[in-house]
Amino acid sequence: MSARPGERQKPKIATVSLAGCFGCHMSILDIDERILDLAKVVEFSRSPINDLKKFDGRCAVGIVEGGCANEENVEVLREFRRKCDILVSLGDCATMGGIPALRNSIPLSECLETAYLDGPTVVNPLGRIPSDEEIPLLLDKVYPCHEIVKIDLFLPGCPPSAEAIFSALTGILGKSRPDLPYELLKYD
Amino acid sequence: MSETLESTVRRICRSHGGDPTRLMDIARDVQDRFGCVAPAAMDLISRITGAPRVEVESLVSFYSFLSRSPKGQVVIRLCDDIIDRMHGYHRVARAFSEELGIGLGETTADGKISLERTACIGLSDQAPAALVNEVPVTELSTDRAREIVAGLREHMDPRRLVTRSGDGQNAHPLVRAMVRNNLRQVGPLVFSEQVRGKAISNALAMSPAEVIRAVKNARLRGRGGAGFPAGMKWEYARASTGERKFVIGNADEGEPGTFKDRVLLTELPDRVFAGMTIAGYAIGAKEGILYLRGEYAYLRPYLEAVLAQRRSDGLLGPKVAGKNPFAFDIRIQMGAGAYVCGEESALLESCEGRRGDPRNRPPFPAQKGYLGGPTVVNNVETLCCVTKILEAGPAEFAQHGSTGSTGTKLLSVSGDCRLPGIYEVPFGTPLAEVLRLAQGEDAFAVQVGGPSGQLVSRTEFTRTIDYENLATGGSIMVFGPGRNLLEIVHAFLEFFADESCGYCTPCRAGTAFLLRMVERIAAGRGEPADLARMEELGLTMKAASRCGLGQTAANPVLTSLVNFRPVYDALVKEDPEGFRRSFELDKAVMEAELLSGRRSKHAGIEKGGHR
Repeated sequence: MSARPGERQKPKIATVSLAGCFGCHMSILDIDERILDLAKVVEFSRSPINDLKKFDGRCAVGIVEGGCANEENVEVLREFRRKCDILVSLGDCATMGGIPALRNSIPLSECLETAYLDGPTVVNPLGRIPSDEEIPLLLDKVYPCHEIVKIDLFLPGCPPSAEAIFSALTGILGKSRPDLPYELLKYD
Repeated sequence: MSETLESTVRRICRSHGGDPTRLMDIARDVQDRFGCVAPAAMDLISRITGAPRVEVESLVSFYSFLSRSPKGQVVIRLCDDIIDRMHGYHRVARAFSEELGIGLGETTADGKISLERTACIGLSDQAPAALVNEVPVTELSTDRAREIVAGLREHMDPRRLVTRSGDGQNAHPLVRAMVRNNLRQVGPLVFSEQVRGKAISNALAMSPAEVIRAVKNARLRGRGGAGFPAGMKWEYARASTGERKFVIGNADEGEPGTFKDRVLLTELPDRVFAGMTIAGYAIGAKEGILYLRGEYAYLRPYLEAVLAQRRSDGLLGPKVAGKNPFAFDIRIQMGAGAYVCGEESALLESCEGRRGDPRNRPPFPAQKGYLGGPTVVNNVETLCCVTKILEAGPAEFAQHGSTGSTGTKLLSVSGDCRLPGIYEVPFGTPLAEVLRLAQGEDAFAVQVGGPSGQLVSRTEFTRTIDYENLATGGSIMVFGPGRNLLEIVHAFLEFFADESCGYCTPCRAGTAFLLRMVERIAAGRGEPADLARMEELGLTMKAASRCGLGQTAANPVLTSLVNFRPVYDALVKEDPEGFRRSFELDKAVMEAELLSGRRSKHAGIEKGGHR
């Protein structure tokens, strides 16, 4: 997707799903064939959509799905903040913590014990809570993105509709403040 | 044992007519008798009175003087607010705690003594203070704390802690409190010489409409803080139809820093009751209720005696003597420690035996108030003014003060000044003059009107005390040089977060959010954007909260942001990379590190500037 010779450098977009369910990314895909229109004006950098794992340059827009549940989420979000001009919290988990934040009123030890030891459907003959260098440490609670880094725009919804995402993106890329009609804003 | 409980609860319920609207009295009596309103007692109360079980539980859980689990035989309630903190609350609390061997909120192992903190108990002029059961103890020191504990261990009788009585009626045998009036300036109206019975006989010589006209001509406005014209309120209540109408004297003085009603009830109860009687005559009510805050329970026997005396003098009862005799009597309704009950519709809920959730308006209390009848709720000070107006005439009253704010105002001055106490000043008096009188001229900030009022800076000390400028229910807290502004704001927010009834989200969540933001800023982890966010949140709370508590809860933040901006600006800083300075990864992973026994890969290597 890199720029062909002679073509004007297109602005880049990066997306990521942190403590989310990828539902917001599915909603991005729901813009259907309009993704072709989008591809004409932007280039995707790091994103699950093109499976690029690293940033390949500075991005005009970063889209973040999900809040921060573990230390890796925090690192990734901070990298997004460093590399993106405009950072968008996409969906309810990013803007408010969402479903994962339901654990916020329960002590972390209790969450892990229920998930790995005491839960009614748990099969864990070794009786150990997984702990490996490769597994990022959980945070004390799930944080919405704006409590970790400065967020420029919030797009609520679970998920936000494709219409809302497309309108917001074209607005941002057109350098105008996205004007989302009331019907497109849903807080679930 | 359960038979004792059952027979006692039965007796208590019967003594209040088994009336579910008297749940407050029933619950208070059960609490006094058993040290708690246990689930079994709630079952019984519900069964006997017919009140739904959930309403009994809801009531008990709401008021801070009621509890479902047992408290000690003696409960020490330390007054914890900013003024008490400035005068050594923390030291005194530590002394109590050490001497008793328990922390705040705990009870000694022998079940004898509980130690608790409570919001302002109306003794800011003699802080630090506490209530030992109903007995106020003032000007506490660490030594005094140890003496109190030693005394209680010996005799368990709070009344014996009173070694010397205060001045005036505080020494009355039915009061015998060590509280001092600290009446520093007596004005020409409220504290003027009274001629007992004169106001009532003057009123009864007129028609009710003429009485209302007199109050209107005096341009009397409510003294509780909101400043609604009293005559207009009465007129509405008079015009409303209802078989039973009511007059309620609001003595639920809960705004931290006010204590004027304490002094009025101690020294001028006749003026208060006369005002209620006149209001009853004016609107056509036969029944009056004085809603007395739980913190002032020590005044109750005395007030009951004053009422009894008025009955035998023909100033209350089936035939109030005068040209147009009419029937009017007053009962005292005790509160149980809830700030929001000072709001008139929450007060009505409380009077009817429910938790103090404010009501939706309309209908206004003057149309549909206590038990659905048209009800006038007036502040104790307003009622004293009514009596004066009927005593001396509206013209004499209105010649004091300013055009829009006639008469005088009682100010409760506390904090960093040499002469804390009560000052009766004419409306229109500049704040600087009040500070001069109280000898607190070097103040850097003054909170006018309690936490829900405004925090003003030196440049505004020329502003005047009146409804048009610095409106206040009477609380004036003085903060001298060297006091920490954010600590003050934080204490006020803590108060609102505690007292929010939780019914509506803007108030319940807003107070908690603001509290957290102020903590963050005070800890040096705030950003300039936080200030804008606090302002926005505060305005949302103002616009969207259900009652006055939520609508004013953000005032400490909103007014200090305007008047003390440089203090905030100096504390906040932008992060160069756009990271939130309030988030600390080290702290956030600490628990997981402990649980997993391994160190975070990312924490601890954060760049400088955050730690």
